[in-house]
Amino acid sequence: MSKAVLVDISKCIGCKGCQVACKQWNDLPAAKTSFSNDLGNPSDGSGYTWTHVRFRTVENGDEVKYRFAKHQCFHCLEPACVSACFARALQKSPEGPVVYYPHLCVGCRYCMLACPFSVPKYEWEKTFPLISKCQFCFDPDGKYDRMRHGMKPACVSTCPTGALQYGERGELLVQAWNKINSNTKYVKHVYGEKEAGGTSWLYISDVPFETFGFRTDVTTRPLPEYTESYMRMTPVVALSWGALLTGMFLYTKRRNEIAREQHDQKPGL
Amino acid sequence: MTAKKNWTFKMTPVRKVLIGLAAICLVVVGYRLAFGLGNATNLNDQWPWGLWIGFDVLTGVALAGGGYSTALIVHILHRDQFKPIARSAMLTSLLGYLLVMGGLFLDIGQWFNFWRPFVSWGYHSVLFEVFWCVSLYTLIQVLEFSEIATEKIMKPWHCKIKKLMPVLLIIGVLLPTLHQSSLGGLYLIEVGKLHPLWWSMLLPPFFLMSSFFVGPAMISVETSLAGKAYNHQVPLSVMRGLIKISGTMMLIYLALKIGDLIYRDAFKWVFSGTLEGNMFLLEIVAGVIIPIIICFSSLSSTRKGLVTFGALTVFGVILNRMNVVFTGMSKSLGGNYFPSMMEWVVSIGLVSIGVLAYMFIVENFGILEKHHDHQVLTN
Ligand code: SF4
Ligand code: SF4
Repeated sequence: MSKAVLVDISKCIGCKGCQVACKQWNDLPAAKTSFSNDLGNPSDGSGYTWTHVRFRTVENGDEVKYRFAKHQCFHCLEPACVSACFARALQKSPEGPVVYYPHLCVGCRYCMLACPFSVPKYEWEKTFPLISKCQFCFDPDGKYDRMRHGMKPACVSTCPTGALQYGERGELLVQAWNKINSNTKYVKHVYGEKEAGGTSWLYISDVPFETFGFRTDVTTRPLPEYTESYMRMTPVVALSWGALLTGMFLYTKRRNEIAREQHDQKPGL
Repeated sequence: MTAKKNWTFKMTPVRKVLIGLAAICLVVVGYRLAFGLGNATNLNDQWPWGLWIGFDVLTGVALAGGGYSTALIVHILHRDQFKPIARSAMLTSLLGYLLVMGGLFLDIGQWFNFWRPFVSWGYHSVLFEVFWCVSLYTLIQVLEFSEIATEKIMKPWHCKIKKLMPVLLIIGVLLPTLHQSSLGGLYLIEVGKLHPLWWSMLLPPFFLMSSFFVGPAMISVETSLAGKAYNHQVPLSVMRGLIKISGTMMLIYLALKIGDLIYRDAFKWVFSGTLEGNMFLLEIVAGVIIPIIICFSSLSSTRKGLVTFGALTVFGVILNRMNVVFTGMSKSLGGNYFPSMMEWVVSIGLVSIGVLAYMFIVENFGILEKHHDHQVLTN
C-alpha cells in the first residue's frame, strides 16, 4: 500500500509551520514577501515554495470562519504529470510519491499544463530552469529522504495541531469517513479520494473545498487514460496506414503505367 | 548547363527588410539562450506555453501540412495532374518543419538536454510521439529534398536517392499523419481545463483533418505569391481540382465538429455570446464555412476566389490553434500572458528566415515547374 497524508482543514490554525519546515528540510530559498488580500505569503506556490498555506475567510450569516489549507503536490495515484513527461523526468514510485528527476528534464513544461491541480512550477528567472514540486520528502538519492527512514514528511512532523496525519492511504480513508460521518460539521466529501482517479493527499473540511480554489470539477477518471487510450492506437494505426499507403502507391503507379502503355499502343494498333 | 551552377540571390528592398528582421531575431535568440526563458518571454507559472509553442510549433506544423497532403495526392495516389505544385509544396513543408524545430528548441528550458527523450523514453506521453515524429519527419524531408538538390550539387548521389524515394515518400506521409493528430492529442489531457468548445476526444482527428485541408489552401496562397514574383502560374484547373479535395475534407470536418458538439452537449456554447463562443464562431464561419461555399461555387474558378479561399482557410486554422492554446485555456489557467517584444521578434524573424530560404532555393534549384521543364530540356 502507498503512503498518504490526511489533512483536516478544520484543525489547521494557519501557523505556516509546514511551509517553513518544507523550506528548511529541502534547502529551498526564501521568497520575497508579498502582500495580497489574504494572509497567505507567498499567495501561491512557486519554483521555491513547494507548499504554501492559503488563508480564507468564510462568512455564513453572522458566523465568520477563518480557514487555512495547505496546498502542495497531491501525489496522484495515476499522475497526469508522469504520463505527460516525454523524458521520464517524473516517475511514480511504488511507495506513493511522484518524484522528479531533474537530470532527465528537458524543460518543456508539458507537465505543468497536464497537472489538474496546477502544481508543478518553474524556476523562471534561471538560465537553465527546472521544474519543481513537492517530493513527499522522498529522495532516491538519499539526501532529502525521510520516507525511507520511516520518518514522516517534514510538514507533518511539524504540524502542532494534528491537522496533518501520515499513514497508509486505505487506513486514512476509513478514518476520514468515520470523522465525516460522526460529525455533521464536515462536508460529505473526502477531497482526493476520487479526484483525478485518486490522490495520496486527502482533505476533509467544514467549509466548501472551492473556498481554497480546489477544483471540484476534476474528472474521477484517471487522466492518463485519456491520452493512453489514444497512444495505444498508434502502433496499429501506423502499421495499417503504412501498409495501406504502400498498397496505394504500388497500385496507382501500376494503374498509371498500364494507362500510359495503352495510350502509347493505341496509335500503333 | 554550366550556367546553372551559378548561385543567384537578387537583392530587393523587401529582402533587405527580411534580412534585417532575421538578424534582429538571431540576436534575441542569442539573448534567450544565454539568459533563459524567464528573461526573454512573458511566460509564467500560469502560462507555461505561449506564442512560441502556440504559433511557431502548433500552427507551424499545421501550415507545413501542405507537404504531406501533396505527397499523398501526387506521389502515393499518382494524381499526375497535380505534379506542377508538388515540389514547391514539399519545399514549404521542409522549411516549415525546420522552423518548427527551431521554435521548439528555443522553447525548452534545458536546451542542451534536447536529445534526452531519444534515450529516456517517456513513451506514454503524446509529446513523445510528437517529438519523435517531427524530428524523424524533418530528417526524411531533408532526404527527400536531396533528390532535388542533387540535380545541381553532388550529382553522383542523385540516382541513389532516386531509388530511395518511394520508401522516403511513404514514411514521409505516414509520420505526419501520426504527429499532426498527436498535436491535438497533446490537449486530451487538458480535460476539464480546455473549454468544451474545443476539448474533445476527437481532437486528434480534428487536428489531422485540418492540417490536411489547409495544405492546398497554403499552396494556393503560396502559388499566387510565387506566381507574381516568379511569373509562374499554375493552371487554374489544377488549383481548382486540388481545392475541391480540400473542400470535401472541410465538409466532413464541419459535420463531425457539429455532431461532436451536439453529442457532448457543448453546442449551447456556440451562441452563448461569450468570448469563447464568439471566437469559435469566427473560426468556423470565416475559416471553414465561407471557404466551403467558395470552393463549391463558381467563385473558385477565378484566381481571386482561389486566393480568398486559401487565405481564409489558413486564417481559420491559425485561429483554431490559437483558440486551443489561448482562448480555450484562459479561464482555467487564469493569470495574464501577452507575448513579450522578444517573443514577437523571434516569431516574426523565424518566418522571415523561412521566406528568405524559400526564395533562395526557388531561384537556385528546380522547384517551380518552368525551371524543372527547362532542366529536362537541357538534360
Ligand atoms: S498533483 Fe499534479 S504534479 Fe502532483 S502528482 Fe498529481 S498530476 Fe503530478
Ligand atoms: S518539463 Fe521536464 S518534467 Fe515536465 S514534462 Fe517536460 S521534460 Fe518532463
